[in-house]
Amino acid sequence: MMKRIAARCYIWLLLTMLYAPLVFIAVFSFTESRVLGNWTGFSTKLYSNLFTGSVNGGASLISAVENTVLIAIAAAAISTMLGTVAAIGIYNLKGRKRQAVQFLNNIPMINPDIITGVSLFLLFVFLGVSQGYLTVILAHVTFCTPYVVLSVMPKLSQMNTNVYEAALDLGATPRQALWKVMVPELRPGMISGFILAFTMSLDDFAVTFFTRGTIGLDTLSTYIYTDARKGGLTPELRPLMTLIFLIVLILLVIINIRQEKAKNRA
Amino acid sequence: MVKRSNWSIPYIIFMLVFVALPLVLIVIYALQDGNGNFTLSNITRFFTDSDSLSTFALSLEVAIENTLICILLGYPAAWILSRKQYNRSAVTVTLFIMPMWINALMRTLATAELFNMLGFTLGKGTLIFGMVYDYLPFMIYPIYNILMRMDKSYEEAAEDLGAAPWKVFWKITVPLSMPGVVSGILMVFMPTVSTFAISEFLTNNKIKLFGTIIQENINSSMWNYGAALAFIMLIIIGITSLFGNTEEREAAEGGLI
Repeated sequence: MMKRIAARCYIWLLLTMLYAPLVFIAVFSFTESRVLGNWTGFSTKLYSNLFTGSVNGGASLISAVENTVLIAIAAAAISTMLGTVAAIGIYNLKGRKRQAVQFLNNIPMINPDIITGVSLFLLFVFLGVSQGYLTVILAHVTFCTPYVVLSVMPKLSQMNTNVYEAALDLGATPRQALWKVMVPELRPGMISGFILAFTMSLDDFAVTFFTRGTIGLDTLSTYIYTDARKGGLTPELRPLMTLIFLIVLILLVIINIRQEKAKNRA
Repeated sequence: MVKRSNWSIPYIIFMLVFVALPLVLIVIYALQDGNGNFTLSNITRFFTDSDSLSTFALSLEVAIENTLICILLGYPAAWILSRKQYNRSAVTVTLFIMPMWINALMRTLATAELFNMLGFTLGKGTLIFGMVYDYLPFMIYPIYNILMRMDKSYEEAAEDLGAAPWKVFWKITVPLSMPGVVSGILMVFMPTVSTFAISEFLTNNKIKLFGTIIQENINSSMWNYGAALAFIMLIIIGITSLFGNTEEREAAEGGLI
């Protein structure tokens, strides 16, 4: 009994520690004060500022949020396509060749962001490509695709190849067999690959930082970075961060409860 | 049947351009001077510059301390979460994983602001505390994952054969969970060495880590020295990744969704 209480206390102590900064931001998102930590009475003004787009210091925060989401969607969509086709190809490779490709595929996952960022920066300088949206998306595709490949590969090995052959024997064209048989089988892997890629792209800072060039392209991460270096954080970041925390938390709890239920049913 | 191994070709070309060539470029730029002539001076400059060396030493020190604290705090937490008698709720586990899904910059900023309000002077102490905040979930999750998948009959057998509970823990549970600890170390150590924004936030720019000097050199157009520093970091990555194979890492990262 004592042990159990001690274990509970330890877990809750750690959680309190982990969540204190997030709760702190959430609490101070309900006051108008420009200085964080200075309570000037309850107010939802920061929230309405955020939603009406009347953020102090221009529309740059709103456009940073839009950029972040658009880049993440583009990068996740491209890497899901590239990664799925690649996974089918790699699955059909044998021996040394397969090992070599898988080794290459592992590199972006092992490399810290800063190495990926600096190396791609040097690539774009070397090729003389002007940096902007395109280079950021390409860079994100580079570090997202390996995760898609890894999500799709297990589905390929679980798949019964006879079904594909059967479809061909029954008169389906290879294209039909691909879309009607293969893709539905791979879909769960593609979806989790897409979600992984999407969140990796959302979270990225270092790679974007090095590949965005000098056209003033900002994602949420780079916006926060510049803002914090200037000192005096945009107050509307507080409600924005609070909302992001809440959305992520709710989504994860829902996913986990559903998984738990599915497990119990099985 | 169509020979579908060809389907890997677009991705292979993509990786040669965007993964292999950029790494080669790091080495090439590291071994060139500003005019494109071959030189070793960028590398020797690092080893003779006391500023770079002390930054490097400090980064390693902070990374080692951070990793150790994460293991010390994270292992018991992962163990408790994996035991049915202490924890039955998937929500508690989710609460520990959730920070992994939130932008690290946002969390770090929140932490730094909290330290500020509580009146701590930002410096080495807050740097390490803040890093532990940031990376603890990355240590807990892989260890928890391994503990959950572990075959419990080994522990039961040891108990049946008369081993004391602490002996079961040290002789059975800990050794069997080592792969989780190794992938936790990989997910905490290298990111700590290479981070730049996080250390700037947490110390108000007072303390520079290795990542920061790479970024400063690249951003002030000293590409060759920046590339040399990145090259040195690449060598360290090569060495650390020898300690754990990537399959363990995949196993630990997979199953997040």
